[in-house]
Amino acid sequence: MDICSSTIHELATAYRNGDTDPVAATETFLERIERINPSLNAYIRITADTALARAKEAKKRLVNNDATTLTGIPLGIKDLMCTRGITTTCGSKILEHFVPPYNATVIERLAGQGAVMLGKTNMDEFAMGSSTESSYFGPTRNPHNTDYIPGGSSGGSAAAVAADLCCAALGSDTGGSIRQPASYTGIVGLKPTYGLVSRYGLVAFASSLDQIGPMTKDVRDAAILFSAIAGHDKRDSTSLEVDIPDYTEFLDRGVQGLRVGVPKEYFGEGLDEEVEGRVMEMVKTLEGGGAKIIDVSIPRTEHALAAYYIIAPSEASSNLARYDGVRYGFRDTRPKDSLIDMFRRSRSGGFGPEVKRRIMLGTYALSAGYYDAYYKKALQVRRLLSDDLEAAFAKVDVIACPAAPTPAYKIGEKLEDPLSMYLGDVYTVTANLAGIPGMSVPAGLNSQGLPIGVQLLAKPLGEEHIFRSAYYLEQNRPHHTPKPSL
Amino acid sequence: MKYTAVIGLEVHAQLLTDSKIFCGCSTAFGAEPNSHICPVCTAMPGVLPVLNRRVVEFGIRAALATSGEIAEFAQFARKNYFYPDLPKGYQISQYEYPLAKGGHVEIETNGEKKKIGLTRIHMEEDAGKLVHDDKAPFSYVDLNRTGVPLLEIVSEPDMSTPEEAGEYLRKLRSILRYLGVCDGNMEEGSFRCDANISVMPEGSKTLGTRTELKNMNSFRNVERALEYEIHRQIEVLEDGGSVVQETRLWNDQKNITESMRGKEEAHDYRYFPDPDLVPLRVDREWIAMIKTELPELPDEKIRRFQSEYNLSDYDARVLASEKELAEYFEETVSAGAPPKPASNWIMVELLHKLNDDKVFIADSPIPPKDMARLIGLIEDETISGKIAKTVFAEMYDTHKSPEVIVKEQGLVQITDSGEIAAIVDDIIAAHPDEVAAYRGGKENLLKFFIGQVMKETKGKANPKLVNDLVKKKLGA
Repeated sequence: MDICSSTIHELATAYRNGDTDPVAATETFLERIERINPSLNAYIRITADTALARAKEAKKRLVNNDATTLTGIPLGIKDLMCTRGITTTCGSKILEHFVPPYNATVIERLAGQGAVMLGKTNMDEFAMGSSTESSYFGPTRNPHNTDYIPGGSSGGSAAAVAADLCCAALGSDTGGSIRQPASYTGIVGLKPTYGLVSRYGLVAFASSLDQIGPMTKDVRDAAILFSAIAGHDKRDSTSLEVDIPDYTEFLDRGVQGLRVGVPKEYFGEGLDEEVEGRVMEMVKTLEGGGAKIIDVSIPRTEHALAAYYIIAPSEASSNLARYDGVRYGFRDTRPKDSLIDMFRRSRSGGFGPEVKRRIMLGTYALSAGYYDAYYKKALQVRRLLSDDLEAAFAKVDVIACPAAPTPAYKIGEKLEDPLSMYLGDVYTVTANLAGIPGMSVPAGLNSQGLPIGVQLLAKPLGEEHIFRSAYYLEQNRPHHTPKPSL
Repeated sequence: MKYTAVIGLEVHAQLLTDSKIFCGCSTAFGAEPNSHICPVCTAMPGVLPVLNRRVVEFGIRAALATSGEIAEFAQFARKNYFYPDLPKGYQISQYEYPLAKGGHVEIETNGEKKKIGLTRIHMEEDAGKLVHDDKAPFSYVDLNRTGVPLLEIVSEPDMSTPEEAGEYLRKLRSILRYLGVCDGNMEEGSFRCDANISVMPEGSKTLGTRTELKNMNSFRNVERALEYEIHRQIEVLEDGGSVVQETRLWNDQKNITESMRGKEEAHDYRYFPDPDLVPLRVDREWIAMIKTELPELPDEKIRRFQSEYNLSDYDARVLASEKELAEYFEETVSAGAPPKPASNWIMVELLHKLNDDKVFIADSPIPPKDMARLIGLIEDETISGKIAKTVFAEMYDTHKSPEVIVKEQGLVQITDSGEIAAIVDDIIAAHPDEVAAYRGGKENLLKFFIGQVMKETKGKANPKLVNDLVKKKLGA
């Protein structure tokens, strides 16, 4: 069997059948990473020793019949989830040598199931960016074409999954950072309902928008991984107290009678023709399965991006204030005279340009005299968008739309033009502002061989409908997304 | 020209919860630096705050006790600024939607009652502290205090004299101590006060420019600082100048206020709702429950002491000023002492001694029961009031019971009129000249004879009997 191309459920079956074991599988992945990662830069850090130690424990659990589906499954973890004793950099120089003394809740939950972490994956610095080019540790490359970006900010996780450098990975999504790279690399990426996955131990970018989610090779894996990490956590006040079902149970329920909305605002100017074509093919596929296709409108969509680029930087400017060189992380040791100079130099030297740009944007938006015009107004837009979505979801169960207006672009192409990069988030930010779940499912390649994803959105806690339609699409789509040749 | 001062106070009261406001660390004072900290206290990347329910409960108690209105919707906000003792780069506080608004504290100065309005009561976390090295160019950060819960209680600018401000603070402190939410220790900083003060010509309706006073760590300092600042501002105006809006520090050594920083360095705190904490919807039933559990507060107690024990307004106020003192008084009474003598003995003898020794009433070496027994010995005429003072001093120093002391030292009062009469006869016989003078009209010599008898009996003779017998025998 080809271990590295296996999904979680395939590998778990292989373990049970005795075809392979966690130690052998982990070694195989580590070998592949060693060979392939240098050309992709998907991982910032490989944790081979701890991975093998965990794999041995997992092997024992399997022998003792004390295993779950995730026991012994090698995973990649985006480098903004804190791992005790293992450097967690957030893609930034300022945290280059930061070793957290504690684990993120998701890490503990996965460890409890016996999953194996292969390493920490690359990302845009502090998750700010849509291309993984703003990482202090260099850009990640798209496995389908290494001249291209893999998307961002979870580009490292996306590339690692697409290139079979792990079975599955965790990413985080603040404005589309799971769905857009999933779409660009031809994998499945779920941004869950806000509050379903604990943010404890997730290095914050924008607290009211951030959410951890699975990035996987297929929809079943997304359901498996999501079921494992979701659920209430008393250490996160925004964590929801709801029962978490086994999401795999929804997969094969079909789409007969499912109401699928197609929002006209997502199919206008700026949308690549090939992307539109692939997305509409997927809509047709759902219709073929008995789903009812309904035109819907989300009228305030045009303001979503503006609201997002006020709220996210505002929260970021405050969340990133703790990086002052006093307690941990990078400190400039040549302060000229004062305390303020120490702060200034440490932050100037520790943060990259995109992070600085957003801190300044957020600081400005929250300033006395501008608060009402920017931050408060953005919150109002956020509320109106939620109202729009509520109205739409009164008519439909799922909304189908593009995940990004175009396929991946070339490395360096938008680096000098941040605004055009921000525009690439136009279809994803709404879900974060409204706290609703969204998934990108592969919809085939474009004429240049670059993947395209279709995005499925549902109302809060409506993951069930997303899994039903995504799984149906995966089983019945007209165009497959072949593995990259590496 | 005559001037009126306008004073408003901001009090930060440290709450007596066992754990911090957003994590489970201990709030104990005086521990080794950085021994009571966790990833939340040190603002490690990725950590999140979780609100301590007790803090809200304590806030509600304080609001209920001052007749404030508890908000239906409260929210935590971030106050953003950089300082090494502020690990997150922001303080979690409340801004637009505080826990409670309105309410008042009633004070009395020079026999006049006045209600001081409250603007708001809100919850927030404390910052850490810096420890400076005198010998090296280093400063150290101690984060033990980080996250210790505070209530900020902001008054309306309703006070016009330093005495009123002092009374307000004493009353507020007394209320918070009654509620058990704050120990009110100004010296240790668990009850801190900043003052906003301005002066304006008497009768004016336009407020003058105000200054903010900080660094006052006793009630006396607050009053002195305000006194100084009122005079300073008036002098500035009288000299044709204008008061500069600034923060000033009270210098305890020089007895003056000094400029700390000018307005040009004023902060823009960029407040916004903290997205890590969900808005607070305070359950009305919970408030009702807390209300039923509130203790009797100072004002109610003063009224009850007057009606129930027939105490004077002054006595009732003194005894009710501290919960422990009021409890001491009531325990003494319930152990059998009549209220009025109990009040006198506690206020005059006991409090003076405790104040001199800087001992809290709760740690009094004489327990209420013994105090009641001492008063009982006077009431049943076992000892005289004068002897009782000696017994009291002995009780205080030796912790012995009054009966034991009286017995050991043979202090039992002589109430046998025959025994006293004999002594009186001896004294009269020994002082023929004084007897003649008395009988000749020098009536104030009566005291001389009484004194002689008391001296002879070492103060043990019943004074009333001595008085009667001396009068009777000299008159004969």
